[in-house]
Amino acid sequence: MKAKHEPAQRVSYYPGCSLEATARDYAESIAGVCGRLDIELVELKDWNCCGATAAHSLDHRATINLAARNLALAMEGPSPLVVPCALCFNRLASARHELMEGGSLVIEAIGRMGRDYAAVQVKELNDFLTQPAMIALAESQATQGLAGLKVVCYYGCQGQRPPKITGKADYENPQGLDRLLAALGAEVLDWPFKTDCCGASHSVARPDLVYTLVARLYERALAQGANCIVTGCQMCQANLDMYQQQIAKEMGREVYLPVFCFTELMGLAMEVPQAPKWLGRHLVSPRALLERTDLPRQVWERL
Amino acid sequence: MSHTTGGAAPETARVQAAAAPPPPPPEEVIRPSGRWLAQVEAASGVKAGACFGCKKCSNGCPLTFAMDLHPYQVVRYLQLGQMQRLEGCRTIWLCASCQTCLTRCPNQVDLPRLMDFLKETMARRGQAVEEERTLLFHQLFLKGVAKRGRVFEGELMAGYLLKTGGAFGPEALANAKLGLIMFRKGRLKLLPARIKDRAWLKELFK
Repeated sequence: MKAKHEPAQRVSYYPGCSLEATARDYAESIAGVCGRLDIELVELKDWNCCGATAAHSLDHRATINLAARNLALAMEGPSPLVVPCALCFNRLASARHELMEGGSLVIEAIGRMGRDYAAVQVKELNDFLTQPAMIALAESQATQGLAGLKVVCYYGCQGQRPPKITGKADYENPQGLDRLLAALGAEVLDWPFKTDCCGASHSVARPDLVYTLVARLYERALAQGANCIVTGCQMCQANLDMYQQQIAKEMGREVYLPVFCFTELMGLAMEVPQAPKWLGRHLVSPRALLERTDLPRQVWERL
Repeated sequence: MSHTTGGAAPETARVQAAAAPPPPPPEEVIRPSGRWLAQVEAASGVKAGACFGCKKCSNGCPLTFAMDLHPYQVVRYLQLGQMQRLEGCRTIWLCASCQTCLTRCPNQVDLPRLMDFLKETMARRGQAVEEERTLLFHQLFLKGVAKRGRVFEGELMAGYLLKTGGAFGPEALANAKLGLIMFRKGRLKLLPARIKDRAWLKELFK
């Protein structure tokens, strides 16, 4: 009988609500890429919403408890706890910081589950997958170069700041995604807007604010000569992808900038067969861009 | 301003005029009160008294273009005990919590937390706020979380659009179109997810 496969690495995994719906492309690409890299993602059992902007805006006690429960669940599993959404990451890391400093808002039902918050290492997925050893691993698995893609890497705000919470050393000018994409053969362009806010939390109630913030990003990405944007988080991806037509109209210029999640490009480079399906969920079709690269026809022909 | 000559406005009046909303009339005297600063510091944990007005927060803030008070002014009004100005401002609702201000503040005044504290205070009082759509969206979001422990984006958007007219008004067509595209792309979930262990939610939101 064949022995059960032991993955090279096991980590705890908190997907967050949007990866079950609007960010399905991101969720599928994470599964595909981590499978290829032999990383087992152990999803927290019965995890709950982090509360997002709503909870930290209106109910501090709730935001702490929603995070505390997820952290308590993570105490049962392997370390670190990897989080693909920048906002979920920020909420979990912020609550952990406050709880370690002795925050006293935890309700009895949550406190009973576990209190060793310091033991839970919370890591953003794009940070986890761009550690030097991981980049080397991805590079060794890559069979298809990404030449022809001129990318600017967009990290957004919630994964980076504040550094005392996120633990990031290069929070003003992060490099992880830049290094990863360069290793996979893309032409990586430097730009100064890597960690500027795209306003995702305002996209429903004040889309006009989002239009202004995202227009700034497009202008600068185009000025640098980019032909696409790579994001480290699905909220930024959605925000930069979904309204591109309308924003371009307001800017009074043509904008064609496909917006990829970094894991999608990893999947393309490693020739994960499902990659075209992920890209098919984008609103700005990357077809016209990918046609001009050396990527094989089957990757883009059905987009 | 006894040194003012001719028709030129005094320097202070000009600075105040640049900052919308409507500046206080020149004859208005702000009577500083330290009561609010101490109370808010104690309740929020934000050391707003440490601000010495360098304005780094406001220079780095990506949303000042839409704000009626710059972030440093929120702190300054709090230091002066002018709570009524903070209650009626848009800024606390427009802050995107991007954490640039806190990251760069030499005194580590946690402005995003202060904005949250003021928002929560307003919402709990049930007072009218300047950005009511933002408040409504947050409230509907939390209602969903309290019910299932997870967010169900479909219900959240439907509820929001029904209450704001986006389901019927001129925006309806654009919203419906985007919804349809998202559905075709497989990015709308039709059934909500819910967590099993829900007893604690009752305790949390009671």
